[in-house]
Amino acid sequence: MQLQCPMPKLDFDVITLGHGSGGLLTNKLLDNGVFDLLSNPILDARHDGAFLELEGKTAFSTDSFLVSPIFFPGGNIGELAVNGTVNDLAMCGAIPKYLSLSFIIEEGLKVSEFWEVLVAVKFACEKAGVQVVTGDTKVVEKGKGDKIFINTSGIGQVHAKANIAANNIKSGDKIIISGQVATHGMAIMSVREGLEFDSEIQSDTANLNHTIISLLDHFGESIHLLTDPTRGGVATVLKETAKSIDLGIDIFQKDIPIDDQVASACELLGLDPLYVANEGLFIAFVAEEVAEDFLSELQEDGNGLHAKIIGTVTEEHPRQVILESAIGGKRVVSMLPGEQLPRIC
Amino acid sequence: MKYLSEYRDPELAKKYLEEIKNTVSRPWSIMEVCGGQTHSLVKNGIIEMLPKEVTMIHGPGCPVCVTPLNLIDKAVHLALEKEVILCSFGDMLRVPGSEKSLLEAKAEGADIRILYSPLEAVKIAEDHPEKEVVFFAVGFETTAPANALSVIHAHRKGLKNYSILASHVLVPPAIKAVIDDEESRIDGFLAAGHVCTIMGNAEYHPLSAKYKVPIVVTGFEPLDVLQGILMVIRQLEQSQSEVENQYARIVREEGNVEAQKVIHEVFEVQNQMWRGIGEIPMSGYGVKEKYATFDATKKYEVNIEEAPENPECISGQIMKGIKKPFECAQFGKKCKPSNPLGAPMVSSEGACAAYYHFSGMVEA
Repeated sequence: MQLQCPMPKLDFDVITLGHGSGGLLTNKLLDNGVFDLLSNPILDARHDGAFLELEGKTAFSTDSFLVSPIFFPGGNIGELAVNGTVNDLAMCGAIPKYLSLSFIIEEGLKVSEFWEVLVAVKFACEKAGVQVVTGDTKVVEKGKGDKIFINTSGIGQVHAKANIAANNIKSGDKIIISGQVATHGMAIMSVREGLEFDSEIQSDTANLNHTIISLLDHFGESIHLLTDPTRGGVATVLKETAKSIDLGIDIFQKDIPIDDQVASACELLGLDPLYVANEGLFIAFVAEEVAEDFLSELQEDGNGLHAKIIGTVTEEHPRQVILESAIGGKRVVSMLPGEQLPRIC
Repeated sequence: MKYLSEYRDPELAKKYLEEIKNTVSRPWSIMEVCGGQTHSLVKNGIIEMLPKEVTMIHGPGCPVCVTPLNLIDKAVHLALEKEVILCSFGDMLRVPGSEKSLLEAKAEGADIRILYSPLEAVKIAEDHPEKEVVFFAVGFETTAPANALSVIHAHRKGLKNYSILASHVLVPPAIKAVIDDEESRIDGFLAAGHVCTIMGNAEYHPLSAKYKVPIVVTGFEPLDVLQGILMVIRQLEQSQSEVENQYARIVREEGNVEAQKVIHEVFEVQNQMWRGIGEIPMSGYGVKEKYATFDATKKYEVNIEEAPENPECISGQIMKGIKKPFECAQFGKKCKPSNPLGAPMVSSEGACAAYYHFSGMVEA
C-alpha cells in the first residue's frame, strides 16, 4: 500500500547546504513540511527541547539508520527509523511514547524523496502510536553522506508486568522466533547496486510494540528476554545471549522459518540466512510451561503468523550455541568476524 | 524448495550413514577437493556423523585461499595507486595481502566493488569510459567461462578501459600435486562437481588409472557428499580405482562444451603459483597474447616484490591434507578469522575458517 500526503509547493527541488544552516531555507523546509506533517502539541511548541510528563519505570533507546538504497521493496529509511527505535523500546518491555528525529542529509537529495521519507515517518508513528517531539536537520556536502542518515531516540513507559533481563533466562526456557528469517536483508540485497536480482521479496519492517504489549499482558514475567535480531541476524543475537547468561542454546535448523524465495536467494548468493539482517522480527526466551500458549497467541497476531519454537536453553555446553542441521548433524554457531561476504562459487 | 530440500532429507542421510558404516572395514582418508564441499561437510555437521574409520581431508579447492599473496598486493596497488575501479567477488575482499586486504584499501577510499558476475564489470566500464575498470578474475575452472566471456564482450564492444587480473587455478594438476607429495596419504578423492560441470570428467580418468585412486565427481548438498563418500569407500573396499559420477544430474561426461570453447578462446594453460603450496606446473590459466590488452598484469606495470608468507602459517600442509587445522600451533590463538595469518582462515570455505566457525574447537 502506497501511503501519500500531498507535497507542499516549495521553490526548490533539491536540498542544499542552506537547508541545514538554521536560516531562512531551514525554516521554509521545516514550516512547510516537517512540522505540519508530524504535528502534535509537544512538537508544535517548537522549543529547543521537549517537555514530557513521565511516570514510573522508563526505557530510553537510540539508533541510527543508514541504508543503501534508501527506498527498497517494502519500505524506506523513514519507517525503518521509527520502527527500529520503537522495537528497541518494545524489547525492553516498554510502551513507546516519544521519539526524537534527526536528519543528516547529503546535499542534492531531491525534496520529493525527502518528502516520501517524511511521510513514511508520519505513518509509521501513527501505526506505532508514538509522537515525534523534538528533532534536528543538518546538511552535509555532496559526497560526505549517502542521501540521508536518520537518528531516532525513543522513550517508553515500561509495562507493569515486564521483567525483561538476560539474567532471568533459565535452563529449559523455550526460544521462540516471531517470523521468517533473513527477509529484510535479502530485500535490500535484491536492489543493491551490482547485485540486483529479480524477486518479490519485501522487507518485513514493522512496529512490534502492540504485539509485545499484548503478550506481556498475558504472560508477564514468564517472558524472560525479548531481543530483535537486526544486524548480524539470528545467529549473532543467540550467540551474544548464550555468552551473557553462561548457559547453552540448542537450535534446530528444520524449525527455523524462512520464505522459499529468501532461502533460494541466500543459496544463490552464498549467504547464510542465520546471519542476514531482520527488521520486523523478535526472539523471545519464555518459561517452558507457557511456551505453547505464548506461541499460539503470537501466531494469531499479524506479526507472528510464521512464529515457531526454534530451540531450548540448556545447561550443557555453556556459552555455546549448537545448531542441529537439517540432516541431524551438529555444529557450533559463532559470530562472524565482519560483514558476511558473498562466496565466489 | 525444489532440487534442494530433496538433497537434505534427514531420513535418507541416516540411510547413507548406515550404509557407509556397513561398508567400511578399515581406515580410509578421503580428500574433498573443493572448498564448497568442505563448507557443506562442516555446515551440516557431517564430519562428526561419519564412522571413525573415515577421515575427511580438506583439499586445496578454495580459490580465495590459493590466490597468490603477490596478486592480492597487485589488486590493492591498482585500486589505491592507479585509482582503477576494482571489481571482485565478495570473499576476496577480506583476504590479507602482505600489507593490507582489499577491504582495508576500500576503507582508505579505493573504489572497490563486490559483484556476482564479471559481465557487470564490463557494464561498469561501459558506463564509466573515463575510468579504468579491473575485474579480479579468480577461481577454478568454474568461474573461468564467465571471466573469459567478459573479455570477449569487452573486445566486441571495443572497450579500452577494461581488463582482468587473472588468477585461475585448475583442479586436476592440484590433485596430481597432492598425490605426488611424499607426505600425503590420500586414498580417494571427491572431485569438485561444479568444476566438472564445465570441464567434464575426461581429465580424471588418467589420474585414477595412473595413481590407482578412486575419484568420485560429487555435488555439494549433504546427500551428495554422503553418497560421494559411500561411492569412494565402496571402490576402496573392493580395491577399485575408477572415475564415477555422483553428480550426474548436473555433470555430463564431456562437460559444457560451449563454456570450454569460451575458456580456450581467451585463456591458455600455464604454470601457476598457489598460495601456501608453491608453483604447480601447468595448473592455471593466463590470458592469451591475442587478448593481452585485457590482461591487467600486462596493461599495468606493477612491480611488487614477492612478500614472504607468515612463517607460522602451515596452510600448505593443511591444503595437502598432511595436517589438520587444529594441529597448527596458532589455530584459534594468533590465527582467527578476525586476524588470519594465512588464507585458509579467511574464506568460510577455507579449511581453517570452516573448522573455527563450525566445529566448536574454539570459543569465538
